[in-house]
Amino acid sequence: MDFAFLFNNFAELTITGLALGAIYGLVALGYTMVYGVLQLINFAHSEVFMFGTFAVAWVVVFVHGTGQASQGLGSTLGLLALCLVAAMLTSAAIALLIERVAYRPLIRKGAPKLVILISAIGASFALAEAMGLRDRIVGWFGLDDNLTNYVGQARNVYSSPITIDPHQVFKIANYHVTDVDLLVIGAALVMMVALDTFVTRTRLGRGIRSVAQDPEAAALMGVNSTRVIQATFLIGGLMAGAAATLYMIKIGTTRQDAGFILGVKAFTAAVMGGIGNLRGALLGGLVLGVVENWGSAVFGTQWKDVVAFVLLILILLLRPSGILGESLGKARA
Amino acid sequence: MRTLAVMAAAGLALSACGSSDSSSNTSASDGGGPANCGKNLAFLGAATGPAGALGQNMIGGIKFALDKYTKANPDCKIGLKVFDSQGDATKATPLATQIVNDPSIVGLIGPGFSTESLATGKTLAAAGLPSISPSATNVTITQQGWTTWHRLIGNDAAQGAADAKYLTDTAKSQKPFVIDDGSDYGKGLAESVKKALGSAYDSSNTDTVQTGQTDFSATVTKVKSSGADAVFFAGYYPEGGLLVKQLRQAGYKGLFMSGDGSEDPAFITTAGASAANGAILSAPAGPAPASFNTDYKAVVGSAAGLYSTQAYDATNIFLAAFKAGKSSAADINDFIGAYTGDGESGPIAFDDKGDITETTIYAYKVSNGKLDTANPTPIK
Repeated sequence: MDFAFLFNNFAELTITGLALGAIYGLVALGYTMVYGVLQLINFAHSEVFMFGTFAVAWVVVFVHGTGQASQGLGSTLGLLALCLVAAMLTSAAIALLIERVAYRPLIRKGAPKLVILISAIGASFALAEAMGLRDRIVGWFGLDDNLTNYVGQARNVYSSPITIDPHQVFKIANYHVTDVDLLVIGAALVMMVALDTFVTRTRLGRGIRSVAQDPEAAALMGVNSTRVIQATFLIGGLMAGAAATLYMIKIGTTRQDAGFILGVKAFTAAVMGGIGNLRGALLGGLVLGVVENWGSAVFGTQWKDVVAFVLLILILLLRPSGILGESLGKARA
Repeated sequence: MRTLAVMAAAGLALSACGSSDSSSNTSASDGGGPANCGKNLAFLGAATGPAGALGQNMIGGIKFALDKYTKANPDCKIGLKVFDSQGDATKATPLATQIVNDPSIVGLIGPGFSTESLATGKTLAAAGLPSISPSATNVTITQQGWTTWHRLIGNDAAQGAADAKYLTDTAKSQKPFVIDDGSDYGKGLAESVKKALGSAYDSSNTDTVQTGQTDFSATVTKVKSSGADAVFFAGYYPEGGLLVKQLRQAGYKGLFMSGDGSEDPAFITTAGASAANGAILSAPAGPAPASFNTDYKAVVGSAAGLYSTQAYDATNIFLAAFKAGKSSAADINDFIGAYTGDGESGPIAFDDKGDITETTIYAYKVSNGKLDTANPTPIK
C-alpha cells in the first residue's frame, strides 16, 4: 500500500484520472438518459461508442492516408472537427438503428423489461461482431481490395495514423497539465451543460422529462412518445460520438471490443452518480476515473477494478439512489 | 426424432466451422514409402483475433512446408486443418477435444500461445497426440510431464535471462522497471526477467496492467516518479504500443524494451512511429534466411513473419517422421524426441522435457518507424 506515491503525485494522478473520467461521463450520459426515459439499460450503447471511434479513425485514414504522423492539437483542429461531426453522426445513426430494430417493436408490444434487456445484449454482441467481421461483409460486395485500409485485419487493433502530441500548458504542483487533458475535461463539461440546458429549457427537453415522469400522462398532454424516445437515443448517440472523438484524441487506437470494457465502466459511473440523473452521470464518470487512478497508485494497477467496484458497492449501500440521487423524471420544486 | 436430427446437423455444422482445409484420400504405398499419406496435420492457435497476425505467420510456415513436401512426393498428400482459438484458452479447450477425436489428425503444430497450451496440454497428452509448438514460451508448460508436448523455441527463462543481460550489459540500465500484463505469458516472462536482474532490480519498480486496458496513466506516473531509466514490458503489442506511446507523451526518455509478444509491426502503428522509435523488442527467433523469405512469399502470397520459420521447421519434423515410415503416434513422438538437425530457425534438438536445447535470443530495434526484422543483434 503505497500512500506516499499517491501524495507525491496527487496532481498528476487526479488530472489524468479526470481526463479519462470525462470520457466515462460522456458515455454514461447515454446510459442514464435512456434509463431515465425508458427504465431500460441500453447495453448496446457501448457499441454506439465503438462505432464512433472507428468513424474517427476512418476519417483520418480517408483524409490523411495511412502514413504515420505526429501532430500537435492546434494543427489538427480542422481534421478533428471533421472527425467530431463524423463520429457524432455515426454514433447517432447506430443509436437510432438500435432503437428502431431492437427496442421499438418490443416496447410497442409491451414486452417485459427483461426481454428488452436481452434484446439489448444481443444487439450489443451483433454490432461488435459485425465490426469484427467487416472484412467479410465488405467482401460480399467485392469491395474488400479497395477498402483494405479500412477493413483489413478486422479483429486486430485499429490505430489512427495521426498521433496527437500533447503540449504542456501550465503546471499544477509538479505536473504539467497538457492541452489534451484540458480539451477532454473542458469538452465534457461543455457537453453536459449544453445537455442540461436542453433538457430543462427546450420543449423537446420538457417532453423527455415528462415521458420519464409518466408516459401515459405525457401522451395525454400531447407529447409524441415515439419522437421523444427517438430524441433520447439520438442525444445519447451524439454524446457517445463526442466521447469517441475525445477517446481517439487521447488514446488513438480502437478495436471491435473496445466498447465493452468502457461501456461497463460508464454504466457503473452512471449508477454511481445516480441513474437517470444527467449531472450524476458526469460526476460518476469523473469520480470513477479519479478513483481508478488513486486505487492503482496505492494498491497497484491490477487492483484498480477491485477498488472501483468496491467503491460502487459502498456508495450504493449508503445511498442506493447514487451520489446525486434524483432522477430525470422527478419534478423539481 | 426431428429435433435429434436437427441437433445432429447443427452439431456437425458447428464442428465444421472450427476447421478448414481437409485432405484428399490417396492411399499410402506400403513397405518403404512414406506413412500417413492422406492424413492431416492440425494447427491450433490465433488465426484471427487481436494477435491474429502471429497465427497467420505460423499457418503460412506450415503451408509452405506442406507445399514443398507435396511437390517432392506427389502421391502423398498431407493436409492441414486449422483450428482458430484466437489465442483464447476458453476457445482452445473444446477445439483440442475436437482435434484428439479426429482420427485423420496425426500431429499438431501448436498450440500457439502459452495460456492455451496450459489449458489444452492435458487433453492432448492423454490422447498421446504429438505436438510441436512454434511459439509458446511459458516455462511451466514443459514442467507438467506431458511427454508428447514439444516446442521449437526458447522458453521465457531463456528469453528473460537474455533480456536482463541486455538491460544491464548493453543498455547499462541502473534502474529497470518491469511491467507485465497479468497473462500467463506476461507474468512468466516478467518473473524470469526480474530473477535474472537480481540485485540490479528493486522490487518496488513494478506494475501489472490488464490485457484490454487502454489508459495507463497510473503506471506512467509510477514509472516517471521512480526515475527509471529502462522499462521492460512483458506482454502483447496492443498494450505495449499504447504503453510506450503514453510513456513518451508524458516525457519518459529512457529505454523501452519488450518481449516477443510485442515483436510485430502492429506495435509501431499502435504506438505511433515517433513513440516506437528506439524501442527494443526481443524474440527467441532470428530472421529467416533471404531465400526462405522469397520462396515463402511465392507460395503463401504474403511476407513471412515472426514464428514462420519455427512453424515451417515443426512441420518438416513431422514430415520427416512420415517419410521414415513412422505412422503411429508413439513412433512419431519417439522420432521427434530423437530428432536432431538444422532447421531454418536454427539448430534443433529436444531435451527430455520437450524444450529445445540450443536457443539464441535476438534484440530487434525499431528505427525510422520500422521494425528492422533483417538485422537483429543476438544477445550473448
